[in-house]
Amino acid sequence: MKLTLTEEQEMLRKTARDFLADKCSKKFVKQMEESEAGYSRDLWREIAELGWMGLAFPGKYGGGDMSFLDLAVLLEEMGRACLPGPFFSTVVLGGLSILDIGNEEQKQEYLPKLIRGEKIFTLALTEPGYHNYDTSSITVEANRHDDDYIISGTKLFVPDVHIADYLLCVARTNSKSGIGIFLADAKNPRIKYTVLKTTAGDKLCEVVFDQVLVPAASILGRLNQGRSAVQRIMQRAAVGKCCEMVGNIQRVLEMTVDYAKERKQFDRPIGSFQVIQHYCADMATDTDSARLSTYQAAWMLSEGLPCTKEVAVAKAWVGQASQRVFALAHQIHGAIGVTVEHDLHYYTRRAKAAELAFGDADFYREVVAREMGL
Amino acid sequence: MDFSFTEEQNKFRQEVEDFLKEEIKKGYWEPTCDAWVQGFDPGFTKRVAQRGWIGLTWPKSYGGQGRSHIDRLILTEEMLRYGAPAACHWFGDRQVGGAILSFGSEELKKEFLPRIVKGEAYFGLGMSEPGTGSDLASLQTRAVEDGDYYVINGQKTWTSCASFSEYFDIYARTDPEAPRHRGISEFIVDAKSPGVSRIPMIDITGTEAWNDVFFDNVRVHKRYLVGEKNRGFYQVLHQLDYERSGMERLMGNYPLFEGIIQFAKENKLSRNPVIRNKLAQLQIEFEVGHLLIYRVALVMEDGRAPNWESAMSKAYCTEFEKRLACVAMEILGPYGQLKLGSKFVPLRGMALHSYLGSKGYSLQAGTTEILKNILASRRLGLPSS
Repeated sequence: MKLTLTEEQEMLRKTARDFLADKCSKKFVKQMEESEAGYSRDLWREIAELGWMGLAFPGKYGGGDMSFLDLAVLLEEMGRACLPGPFFSTVVLGGLSILDIGNEEQKQEYLPKLIRGEKIFTLALTEPGYHNYDTSSITVEANRHDDDYIISGTKLFVPDVHIADYLLCVARTNSKSGIGIFLADAKNPRIKYTVLKTTAGDKLCEVVFDQVLVPAASILGRLNQGRSAVQRIMQRAAVGKCCEMVGNIQRVLEMTVDYAKERKQFDRPIGSFQVIQHYCADMATDTDSARLSTYQAAWMLSEGLPCTKEVAVAKAWVGQASQRVFALAHQIHGAIGVTVEHDLHYYTRRAKAAELAFGDADFYREVVAREMGL
Repeated sequence: MDFSFTEEQNKFRQEVEDFLKEEIKKGYWEPTCDAWVQGFDPGFTKRVAQRGWIGLTWPKSYGGQGRSHIDRLILTEEMLRYGAPAACHWFGDRQVGGAILSFGSEELKKEFLPRIVKGEAYFGLGMSEPGTGSDLASLQTRAVEDGDYYVINGQKTWTSCASFSEYFDIYARTDPEAPRHRGISEFIVDAKSPGVSRIPMIDITGTEAWNDVFFDNVRVHKRYLVGEKNRGFYQVLHQLDYERSGMERLMGNYPLFEGIIQFAKENKLSRNPVIRNKLAQLQIEFEVGHLLIYRVALVMEDGRAPNWESAMSKAYCTEFEKRLACVAMEILGPYGQLKLGSKFVPLRGMALHSYLGSKGYSLQAGTTEILKNILASRRLGLPSS
């Protein structure tokens, strides 16, 4: 047992932190939130050159041969910097899914482009309604038509469709229980999207598949075996979001403690008041425990171990811990923290988005209940 | 990072588990909540000692096994899982032995460590006093030099396991003129010494949980001074880090945790979404606490005293224990109020015992408020209040 990062991971962390401190100011984040594209092509090229897209992919596709755990370190730093853009969609939702379930031909075809930063990917999983992560409630259909499939239906809260080149679409393949994952050209004119106005400005979209024709060869993995694939995609995505949130709350803890040391009232720093000290202690406990549970799940995914319970524990806990951290961070910052003049709101909004994505605490408590045999 | 155990560690866990299951099968004892501090069973302690499981991490030269802190955590975790009566040796094993190892003279090490390891020296602690709780440096018990001896006068309180302790590890003021943190020393006092007396204190559950311990002109030879004279306050801070470090803060009521889950399943209560939700939340909090405590063991394994890390795990975990008891009581409804021995009592009265007893968990070994002060100053560098 060892709960510290390797020297290489520490180096990766430092490189990422320095790079993002330089390139991803809050002014930049604001511009991206307000812009139509939501990302910068120049920065996208730069992070591809740094090898970030390919970090966790095998060398034979041009990747860095590193692990999901290494990627977790990078995602935490991205959360710390509030990095906008389609990295998560492309790498965690798109690329790692292709690596996991695609056939060799598909991997050869798509992964090198992804790793070079030439193509953007995303995943269309959730749909309108309130049973977002239950595959049995999926209504988007893929119907066989000669050698092709025709996909019809509506997906919701799909990130980055407006800039994506490829869309992984989770669809029902027969009326009973078959679920398939199809890789569609996102620029197909029969795919229509609307970018939603979200709190994090993170370009979640409604996507309408209007009888979209895709060849049978575009099925990722085996037909009707999508259910377990979706579970693994969900696990990676949930843990990935935990990493981002850990980055969010770690930075917010530091900002809040710094503020408590500087801000004076009654002629003394507010951080010398015991009530503020205890709030900060609670924030530190939530942050550390969030990190430990997140990295446990990331390590298990990295090692290919079964980790349904650990992922559920992490996403449920990090979501709750993050809510508490933000409640206290805002209380300690006082009124300046609820203005747009202060940076805190970037974290508050993004952490809420991450908490809602890929299952919240209620969702994962039920997963834990099942794992306990309840 | 690596969240797994080695093959040897897994084998050791299995060995401990097999031993404990066999003990239960033979009817030597039954799993109980709080058994680490209230289960007095010299036979059990002796059998644990025979396996070399007391002083597991101590050097072999003093009778220990020189094993890792992870091994010790595995051992204590399994004892807590099975609610084993380990109170006779717990304090000596957890902290007094370590204090002697860190600060004691060679003579003291040779006198006490091998006996603790053999399960032949039971220890209680003398820190708090009637006027001294969180503000430990205010203690008033005096130790005055008289030739080769110190003469000790004063009163200690909240001493767990006191009625069967053979020795007390106590702190007394040796220099009343010095600044208060710099005039305290640590002593080992034989409980049979003339002038030592004890009065039991009954806790809210009806158990004899502590004693008041009185020292009336108790003469202690100078060789029982632990460490340096007047350095006792710094030594006790170190010892408290260990006192807070362990799995007993999370799993002291594990038999109840396991029991209430089983109860919910058997009575089909777990189909109720509210109850499912509550139990799952407990499980999540349990797993998180587990990680915080393993982190503490790894800090010790690195050769550091666990400092704010054990303050964090202890503060977090005792809150978990309180919630566990509350949830268990909610699930049991009116049956929860029944005492052990009553008609209809569920789960051998464990829920009620924990509900009442857990109120003290966030007070003993450093209140949650003191622990958060430690986190604020030592982890976060916030200015003193």
